[in-house]
Amino acid sequence: MTGSLRRRNFLKAGGALVVGFPLRSVLLGQESTAARGTTPGPPDPKQVDTWLAIHADNTATVYIGFAELGQGNSTALLQVAAEELDLDMSQIKTVRLDTNVTPNQGGTYSSASIQRGGPQLRTAAAEARAALLKLASQRLNAPVDRLTVAKGVVSVAGNSAQSVTYGALVGGKLFQLPFTGSAPVKPVSEYKLVGTRVPRNEVPDKVSGKYVYMQHVRVPGMLHGRVVRPRGQSAYGAGAKMVSIDESSIRNIPGARIVRKGDFAGIVAENEWDAVRAAQQLKVTWATTPTLPGSAVLYDQMRSAKTTDRVVTDRGDVGSAMTQAAHVASGTYHCPYQAHAPFGPNCALADVKADSALVMCSTQDVYGTRGGLARLLNMPVEKVRVQYYEGSGTYGHSCYDDVAQAATVMSQLAGKPVRLQFMRWDEHGWDNYGPAHVGEVRAAADASGNIVAYEYQGWQHSWSGVETTAQLIGTPPAEFPAGGVMGVSALNCGGMYAIPNVRLVNHQLPAKEYLKGGWLRSPLDLSFSFASEQTLDQLAYMLSMDPYEFRRRNIKDERWLGVLDAVAKAAQWKPARAASKLSDAKTVTGIGIGVGTHLASYGAAVAVIEVNKETGRAVAKHLYGAIDAGQTVNPAFVENQISGQLVQTASRMFKEEVTLNTTNVTSLDWNSYPVLRFEECPEVTPVVVQRLDQRSTGAGEEVMAAAAAAIGNAFFDATGVRMRQFPLTPTRVLAALKRG
Amino acid sequence: MATQIKIRVNERQWTVAAAPETPLLYVLSNELQLQGPRFGCGLAQCGSCSVLVDGVEKRSCVTPVSAVVGKSVTTLEGLPAWYAAQKKLAAAPARHPVQQAMIDEQAVQCGYCFNGMIIKASELLSKNPAPNEAQIRTAMNGHLCRCGSYPRVVKAIQRASQAMEATR
Repeated sequence: MTGSLRRRNFLKAGGALVVGFPLRSVLLGQESTAARGTTPGPPDPKQVDTWLAIHADNTATVYIGFAELGQGNSTALLQVAAEELDLDMSQIKTVRLDTNVTPNQGGTYSSASIQRGGPQLRTAAAEARAALLKLASQRLNAPVDRLTVAKGVVSVAGNSAQSVTYGALVGGKLFQLPFTGSAPVKPVSEYKLVGTRVPRNEVPDKVSGKYVYMQHVRVPGMLHGRVVRPRGQSAYGAGAKMVSIDESSIRNIPGARIVRKGDFAGIVAENEWDAVRAAQQLKVTWATTPTLPGSAVLYDQMRSAKTTDRVVTDRGDVGSAMTQAAHVASGTYHCPYQAHAPFGPNCALADVKADSALVMCSTQDVYGTRGGLARLLNMPVEKVRVQYYEGSGTYGHSCYDDVAQAATVMSQLAGKPVRLQFMRWDEHGWDNYGPAHVGEVRAAADASGNIVAYEYQGWQHSWSGVETTAQLIGTPPAEFPAGGVMGVSALNCGGMYAIPNVRLVNHQLPAKEYLKGGWLRSPLDLSFSFASEQTLDQLAYMLSMDPYEFRRRNIKDERWLGVLDAVAKAAQWKPARAASKLSDAKTVTGIGIGVGTHLASYGAAVAVIEVNKETGRAVAKHLYGAIDAGQTVNPAFVENQISGQLVQTASRMFKEEVTLNTTNVTSLDWNSYPVLRFEECPEVTPVVVQRLDQRSTGAGEEVMAAAAAAIGNAFFDATGVRMRQFPLTPTRVLAALKRG
Repeated sequence: MATQIKIRVNERQWTVAAAPETPLLYVLSNELQLQGPRFGCGLAQCGSCSVLVDGVEKRSCVTPVSAVVGKSVTTLEGLPAWYAAQKKLAAAPARHPVQQAMIDEQAVQCGYCFNGMIIKASELLSKNPAPNEAQIRTAMNGHLCRCGSYPRVVKAIQRASQAMEATR
């Protein structure tokens, strides 16, 4: 074999090895990293070499398939690998996500990095460690069970002079070892790194201007690009129809060139400012047929629409249980479209050649994006290479795929690399929004405070499956089949309570008649929880029970009780019936509690809010949030995630709402789509419920639903009035208080 | 039309070819390849592009490059030297105390807004070395963060204030 042999063949060549063979004979002489990046991925997940490499200087590189989004997973996953390998954090690093280099672990969705990626890396590292110990056993002439490892130095127990480093054993060479997943992993009781507060790797560069965000990437010979679209999307099915374009309108900017394909239009220019001003100056007439309901009648149209209905759960007999119950609470809740609105609009750089393409972007899923780009270019996926550069926080499926596709189309049309930066109005106006929701909830309790029946009916549309760029150049719009997190489910609709009679119904709206929809951090969960937990809170009120005690009585699951108790303790919860201290003061405060999740973890929150009854201004003063995500690899990161979720939830509950008229979205910047600011920011108290013996589950979006519920319940405690719609803007608050 | 424009950035003179109305941000990013100031809205609404002009925080996305001729521009990259000059230190520290405090508090999430956060906080502490929490919140109110880092940014500014006090 020679050094020029491609990596995939390398890995195939080693496929026959099984643990127990004399390893020395199968370690090849090639530099382990030399061949990486030369062939299209994904690299074979069944090879240890796909996951990690040991270098001659006794350091390791771990190949991770998850995107660092500011949550710290690129450090936390190194903690997991370093733990198994007995390396110090200074001896281990990772590389940029790249479809030619890093494994396909699926997208960085659903708070999955640690949940899915942790076990994979852990077992791969354990497999590598077992192989390293076998080699060391031969080298040191001592049985494996007498070897100990610290910082990558293998020593014979009781004789530290007899030692060898990982680097000396395999440095620079491939393992050529199949990843069987059968190597024993380290017992939790021996953990030194997992569960500790290792600081994040990338923070020093992020505060000094050294960190390369996607927005910073430049390549020689590239053009700057801007898209030209209507300000604000219309109904998804309508796309955007170009009626006319006046190319002479930018004649005074000779450096700018128009690129067009179907209804897709953009500007490319060598000078960025030329591209910016030409895109704003170019006169394009777009069809203005009304395709949207507009904000004023949005919820009415949703509630009366022809829907595709599905009974998600039908247990017991809800109807008769409601009839016989001592108390029945009910309510209809309206929840807005909300935007991802990354703080820096998405950016991508594409270099499309006749038979290949390289695209740099901020996708949460390099392999998923590669597939979409290959379809767009009509190229085999092997001809497209996608590299990940972190952008600003995306919180779900913002415009990162759209901007990558648009840059790709523009590069193909221009015949040069194109760096495309979305403008603020592109990102705000053409997002895949978190869909609006209408929820109708009924819940009933017996006289002693047991919930006996629960019904949730929800109206919303599914996600859009074709990006705007693809749609504008001719791909028909299509929606994701509803299901999972895209509709009503037991997860946040009463599922944490022990209730004998339950009925859940999903009413799926026709997606093409509404705005584009997508995964927005904790999708729909805030809406479900705001509606569900307020209805249950109302039952507690009707029973004259303390809302925390009411939940304790009706929750049987130990882990739900664990987070509930943890947050109540942190907030020093004092038992009282809600709204028992109403006052005539101008400014009143209230406290509320709630539980909720996104998928697999457990979240509970307490909110303390303040309401000015004259101005209608409502603000969160203090939010407490507890998450049980099983084994928490790095509690400091999860605390930061909880704090971020609490602040973002306050933003979403008090400020954020996508607005629309009958033709376009009209919330296009930070004035028309306000978000929470410093002066309105609550104090936050994050609580990590550590369970080292449980499998890790997500922590990036699991307490937002609980916090949304707690805010709604705190408002009732303060005022005696239920808010049935968010965000809790002054106008809406004043109207609710007047209504009573 | 592009003209030759002389600007002073991070205590260095630069001659750039740009139309006079070009927003300073694009010159800093493309001609000077600086990574501190970055595009966020282009509307002076968010603060991601902030720089100091003669020690005062400005939004480079709406400041024409011609408007800073004859003035001194400091970006995130130049903050340690700017701080050293202010404090008459013999040498620039590795980081401005605010930058160090952001690390110590692990205040960052995605970090995209931290250019503006650090620039604005540095301006604040240069005028008011010991602001109380309300003063910090008021001063920082024009800087947005989407990840929810505000509480830790407030703590980091308080920590930086204390660190600067200790060195006085």
